[in-house]
Amino acid sequence: MTDAIVAEGLVKRYGSVVALDGLDLTVPEGTITGLLGPNGAGKTTAVRVFTTLLEADEGSARVAGLDVRKQADELRTKIGLSGQYAAVDDNLTGFENLDMVGRLYHLGRARSRERARELLARFDLEDAADRPVKGYSGGMRRRLDLAGALVAKPTVLFLDEPTTGLDPRSRLGMWDVIEELVKGGTTLLLTTQYLEEADRLADQIAVIDHGRVIAEGTADQLKDQVGGERLELSVATSAELSTAAGTLAGLAVGQIDADDRQNHLTVPVTGGSSVLMEAIRRLDAESVKVLDIGLRRPTLDDVFLALTGHVADDSAQGEQK
Amino acid sequence: MKLLQALADGAVVAKRNLIKIKRVPDLLVFSTAAPIMFVLLFAYVFGGSIQIPGMDYREFLMAGIFAQTVLFGATITGSGLAEDMTKGIIDRFRSLPMARSAVLVGRTTSDLVNNALVIVIMMITGLIVGWRIHSSPLEALAAVGILLLFAYAFSWAMAWIGLLVRSPEVFNNASFIFIFPITYIANTFVQSENLPAGLRHVAEWNPVSAVTLAARELFGNTSPLQTPPDVWPLQHPVLASLGWVVVFLLIFVPLANYQYKRAVAR
Repeated sequence: MTDAIVAEGLVKRYGSVVALDGLDLTVPEGTITGLLGPNGAGKTTAVRVFTTLLEADEGSARVAGLDVRKQADELRTKIGLSGQYAAVDDNLTGFENLDMVGRLYHLGRARSRERARELLARFDLEDAADRPVKGYSGGMRRRLDLAGALVAKPTVLFLDEPTTGLDPRSRLGMWDVIEELVKGGTTLLLTTQYLEEADRLADQIAVIDHGRVIAEGTADQLKDQVGGERLELSVATSAELSTAAGTLAGLAVGQIDADDRQNHLTVPVTGGSSVLMEAIRRLDAESVKVLDIGLRRPTLDDVFLALTGHVADDSAQGEQK
Repeated sequence: MKLLQALADGAVVAKRNLIKIKRVPDLLVFSTAAPIMFVLLFAYVFGGSIQIPGMDYREFLMAGIFAQTVLFGATITGSGLAEDMTKGIIDRFRSLPMARSAVLVGRTTSDLVNNALVIVIMMITGLIVGWRIHSSPLEALAAVGILLLFAYAFSWAMAWIGLLVRSPEVFNNASFIFIFPITYIANTFVQSENLPAGLRHVAEWNPVSAVTLAARELFGNTSPLQTPPDVWPLQHPVLASLGWVVVFLLIFVPLANYQYKRAVAR
């Protein structure tokens, strides 16, 4: 298998702000890679370098086997980009937008029109095809923008935060569309600040923070990196909390985390549901009144917190454009 | 082949801009409303107090109105580009295998078409208030051609400013500083001979004066009692106008292209 994207030591500075700080990334052909990070982590900057919109100060990148700097013209015929801001013209109809993109990919008049109609049908925009985009909903605009990225059947597709700003229903709809899309074998690099999104869509995830990849792997591998399962339980009083912590100490495979304001206990464990049964038995023997108990697999939120020391959405920096 | 492709790309972008005129007709209505009001203002309010020996002021006025109108029309290039820069559409264009120049070529071309449309409307307005063409159709056509050519060259300057400021609101204020003196310290509405010495020199060498006088002469709207000021551009207004077109293009096409590349690379 060859690699669709190879980036080595990419650096991009804006004055004193370092947007990319030695970014290395490899995306195998035919896979979906999620570039996961908070606002300002450098996700968009990375995508802009890969799509020839921006030149990196240092380092090199090849996309579809072509150097992003030296072979930019040729590369542009092979990539599709759908950005954070739906890059569609409000005054044009959906059809006119896609037709224009086709013409600018030099597909020719007939092929551009045909392709525009094809994509409008595929993205469920047939009814709105000949209406100006001005009247489209947020979800429809994103779908049209995504369709625009697919006009020339790109070998590598870049989606920069495809669901940012969408309501939950439109987001689910967009996920279905993207899942459908990559069944065809297109290589996709997807940036997102939603851990749930990366978990659901991506084969492999690269966690990015302060312009650098800080962890890579499948969602499961990343979760394992933080630790396996955790037992979480709530009790009524702080006295019971310490009793419970003492009782469960024998089951823990790491440090028990006790939150005495919420009377909440987090115990790292292994062994699945049998551990849960054993915990309940022991707590019962000590007459601890349990309000709530459950076994939880770590979420990508936990991964992020463990890797960066701060939670994903908690970022004071603005998005780098 | 590459040049043909670049022109074709420019045409696709121009078509996109022209569709906007069709979809938002208010744009055309309001870009002609102001110049029509200027015609009425000068023809019926100020005109009575301005004497041009040997001819009716309205005949004198219209070439100046045309020049003003196409200059104002050329500012759409700047505000249109500034508006595009604030939206994602420029990123889409830049990620496509299209000619780098297409966005600017398309923009200036569609604004040229827009200006041609507006000038027709203004000529009809002129005919209604009593302006007449006293020359051959070919000369009249040449007058329109010079006005449009100059506006086209000028729109590249506006493109440069629009890309420099990157915000449609700021552009509207910034371009005014530029547009105002170049339009009014000229022979557009009054004879430059009547201006105080300092301003008179500025007016006589102002490119807009050459263009206005060229149009005035080609439409046959000159007075037999008047001779043009004794400076080269106004003695040879057609040649001077074409010269200014070349100068503007030579300066502002590269500047606008440079600024476009710089602005989108952020």
